[in-house]
Amino acid sequence: MIDSKKLDPNFKYEVAKEIGGENIKHCFSCGTCTVGCPVRVLDEKYNPRKIIRMVLLGMRERVLKSDFIWLCSQCYTCYDRCPQGVKLTDIMTALKNIAVREGYIHPAFKEQARLLGEHGRLYEIEDFDNKKRNKFGLPPVKKDFEDVKKIIGSSSLKKVIK
Amino acid sequence: MKYALFLGCTIPVRSQNYEISARNVAKKLGMDLVDLEEFSCCGFPVKSTSTEAALAIAARNLAIASEKKLEICTLCNACTGVLTEANKHLTDNKELREKVNQDLKKIDKEFKPGVKIRHFDRVLYEDIGLEKINNEVSKNLKDLRVSVHYGCHYLRPKDIYDGFDDPENPKTLDKLIKATGANLIDYKDKLDCCGGAILAVQEQTALKMAKIKLDNVTANNVDALITQCPFCSIMYEDNRNKIETAFNVNFGGLPVLYYTQLLGLGLGLDKNELGFRLNKIKPTNLLEKLGVE
Repeated sequence: MIDSKKLDPNFKYEVAKEIGGENIKHCFSCGTCTVGCPVRVLDEKYNPRKIIRMVLLGMRERVLKSDFIWLCSQCYTCYDRCPQGVKLTDIMTALKNIAVREGYIHPAFKEQARLLGEHGRLYEIEDFDNKKRNKFGLPPVKKDFEDVKKIIGSSSLKKVIK
Repeated sequence: MKYALFLGCTIPVRSQNYEISARNVAKKLGMDLVDLEEFSCCGFPVKSTSTEAALAIAARNLAIASEKKLEICTLCNACTGVLTEANKHLTDNKELREKVNQDLKKIDKEFKPGVKIRHFDRVLYEDIGLEKINNEVSKNLKDLRVSVHYGCHYLRPKDIYDGFDDPENPKTLDKLIKATGANLIDYKDKLDCCGGAILAVQEQTALKMAKIKLDNVTANNVDALITQCPFCSIMYEDNRNKIETAFNVNFGGLPVLYYTQLLGLGLGLDKNELGFRLNKIKPTNLLEKLGVE
């Protein structure tokens, strides 16, 4: 049962203000997204049409606190096939962005943000890695990127990685 | 033909066989790959958590290429997607560009439209061309049966890729494979995603996605699965044992080769020049079949 008193009618406008969230209100619930989704076929918990509907209804807290918004495999199949140009993959990204600012982040993504904040790359490079590269005749790679650390450190991810 | 080689995070650490083979194939075909030490992560890993930070990181890389007046050549599909998308959005949307350029000001960089980004295999297709590739093939691979997995971000979203291939019926990599003489074997649900992006979120679902793909590919008795993205290869190769154990299946040691490794064989390159000893699943039978020592 949906409790109408708990709905936030402004949620869709909030999503529409995010980068990539602009077309949320174009959805007419045809379900093309859900039919072609490679995750949905294996796990019913992830249902893109339902998620969009929940946003449009204003189920803000349930969506942002959910684990299902983190299940999009970012294959862009629904994005390309959507007859209304809703750009679903970008909507899921927008929802995750808002969730992070509200304090909900999946641990896997927290770790990736931390690595980028500390090294500017996804893997910490040790001397060993460059020695190995040298052995294969490959040029060394840079270990740390101050610029990237600065970008992460001054973004909304700052409080996440602390 | 000069390109700035964009390696990203995964390839230089986990997929050196891809890097070695790409560099040697490029050399053989006259592509000049320039290494820019300042290229960092593409931004993909933080896109889900902060699109603005991801855009800034991508734009920083684009600015570096632009300062050197070089076009970017990528090896990883995720890097290709994120850089191409950032480039398009920041070029088309002035308001967004100004916002991101404010972030870049702090590190003395500025994004300016006009950068070009293409995947290595797209460069092969468009700049080298099928005819030249076919002419350069000295070792005919006609005895090989292979299937191909494109990887999502090489094709989608289509609105960032200027229609260079059809995401619902892609042909570029098919044609590149046929240009080596190898037999390309079609299979069920060829366009399905590898699941790599949710491996750390819900492992069982990601492994199941890869398992279904391997079921469909191995149904046709092929010698190898050809990929062009390190994430997809990690799903089909590095996670093979995990998949076989989790679902009690056996894929008979099906090798996973990067397209650059397959092409390199056709170009007559030595197996060390193609990094085969770094493949986690050794393509021993395949190399024997071709008489490669």
